[in-house]
Amino acid sequence: MSALAAISNLAVAYRNAALPALSDVSLEIEAGEILAVIGESGSGKSTFARALIGLLPQRTAISGRIDWPGLDGAPRAGRDIGCVFQDPGSSLNPVLRIGEQVGEGARRHLGLGRRAADAEAVRLIGRVRLPEPERIARAFPHQLSGGQRQRVAIAAAIAARPRLLVADEVTSALDVVVQAAIVDLLVELVRADGMTLVFVTHDLALASGIADRIAVMAAGRLVELGPAAELVAAPKTAATAALVAAHIDLATPPLVGDAP
Amino acid sequence: MTAPLLIARDLRRTFASGGRRVAALDGVSLEIAPGETLGLVGASGCGKSTLARVLTRLVAPEAGSVHFMGADWLKLSGSRLRAARRHMQMVFQEPLAAFNPRATVAGVLADALRIHAVVPKAERGAEIARLVDRVGLPAALAGRSIRNISGGQRQRVAIARAIAVRPRLVILDEAVSALDVSVRGRILDLLVDLQRETGVSYLFVSHDLAVVRAVSHRIAVMDAGRIVEEGPAAEVIAAPSTAVLGRLIDAVPRLKGKPQA
Repeated sequence: MSALAAISNLAVAYRNAALPALSDVSLEIEAGEILAVIGESGSGKSTFARALIGLLPQRTAISGRIDWPGLDGAPRAGRDIGCVFQDPGSSLNPVLRIGEQVGEGARRHLGLGRRAADAEAVRLIGRVRLPEPERIARAFPHQLSGGQRQRVAIAAAIAARPRLLVADEVTSALDVVVQAAIVDLLVELVRADGMTLVFVTHDLALASGIADRIAVMAAGRLVELGPAAELVAAPKTAATAALVAAHIDLATPPLVGDAP
Repeated sequence: MTAPLLIARDLRRTFASGGRRVAALDGVSLEIAPGETLGLVGASGCGKSTLARVLTRLVAPEAGSVHFMGADWLKLSGSRLRAARRHMQMVFQEPLAAFNPRATVAGVLADALRIHAVVPKAERGAEIARLVDRVGLPAALAGRSIRNISGGQRQRVAIARAIAVRPRLVILDEAVSALDVSVRGRILDLLVDLQRETGVSYLFVSHDLAVVRAVSHRIAVMDAGRIVEEGPAAEVIAAPSTAVLGRLIDAVPRLKGKPQA
């Protein structure tokens, strides 16, 4: 596999922060892979995602390099990289119709005219499996549920046919049933279009279910990186082992005994 | 079997939504025994949070009754209500909204201890230190503002406040859903330990079936304002009889690659 991006010695320090948010992170993102980036609050995983997208605030101290051997030059956010965040309520414009927001990427980056972009928006809304795409295209964000809004955000993110999709905690605000459906949708879209997916989450199980490789972050550092199943089966670091141990599923021994 | 601590009968509540009335609670009945954890699961919008709010009297039901500690809970008022309130505490997902934003951690706990006269005034300081330690927070945190601590720490303060007054029932509505898994594990252990020591009951409300199963003796499944399945945790999950529970079971993320214990 060839590298889409090569990150070397990346370090990020926010203004007025006592500690760096990222220190000495080096890894390659392979073209076409699903790379999960996991870690607890404050581990640096979202900072890593934002550095990749180029969305760090101004006057943030950034050192190291991000090269894009898989692209014909520097990435253009929205064109080469699509992003989806935790709260689609705040990334969608509340006063614009869904269709306009989904079609914007196609108009701006693919040069589609208004009517073609509208048609493309309806097609994309259908692609993220929302019912009655024509009706949804005319709706406003507040008329949709959280899970539906997240589907819209995904449709908008893939409108310009990016090479890389960065999904930062996209299912954390959703209930588990909706979460599973959104994850399935992301994997299907990424595989169908040959996109690369960087999937940032605090949920190791979710990551293990979809990722080719998992990167574990702790205290601003990349502490472990490996094929998903291997990393879960035989963690090499205490941070990964702790995440594996803290996982709770239906096979976990209950903490309580029989009814009192 | 001992008498139930809480008995809810045929609770009903509707809300207006887009010009229609939608039933958030459509005839819900349940019982919670002393020392028992009842897990309440369901998808977003099934009515589980409304049920938690009706039980804590934050929302009034349109019909139905609740008996708590033998009294007609929804009819209590004045000093009898205040006295009974001590015994039904609640913890929500986002604790910041549940605190006076100007308070310190110690101040939050001191208020609860003072209002319900849990310990003599002279012992209040020692009791606050004990509570802070009990929920696994460093002693130095007591003087910090509630705004200047992390979400996980704040949730532990919310739990410390709930248990400070030595209640009979704590209603936890998605109380661990926003926490890191390591913190979540410690909080769940703490809740279970407290129950063993004090016999407190919990109503544990969550969309996360795996977590509910880990801490609950019995599980009730809600869908469209009704309890559609109920029973001992292991039995209900081993043999789901409704599609909604089947979906919740299928949606639990499994750790792929984990060696079998």
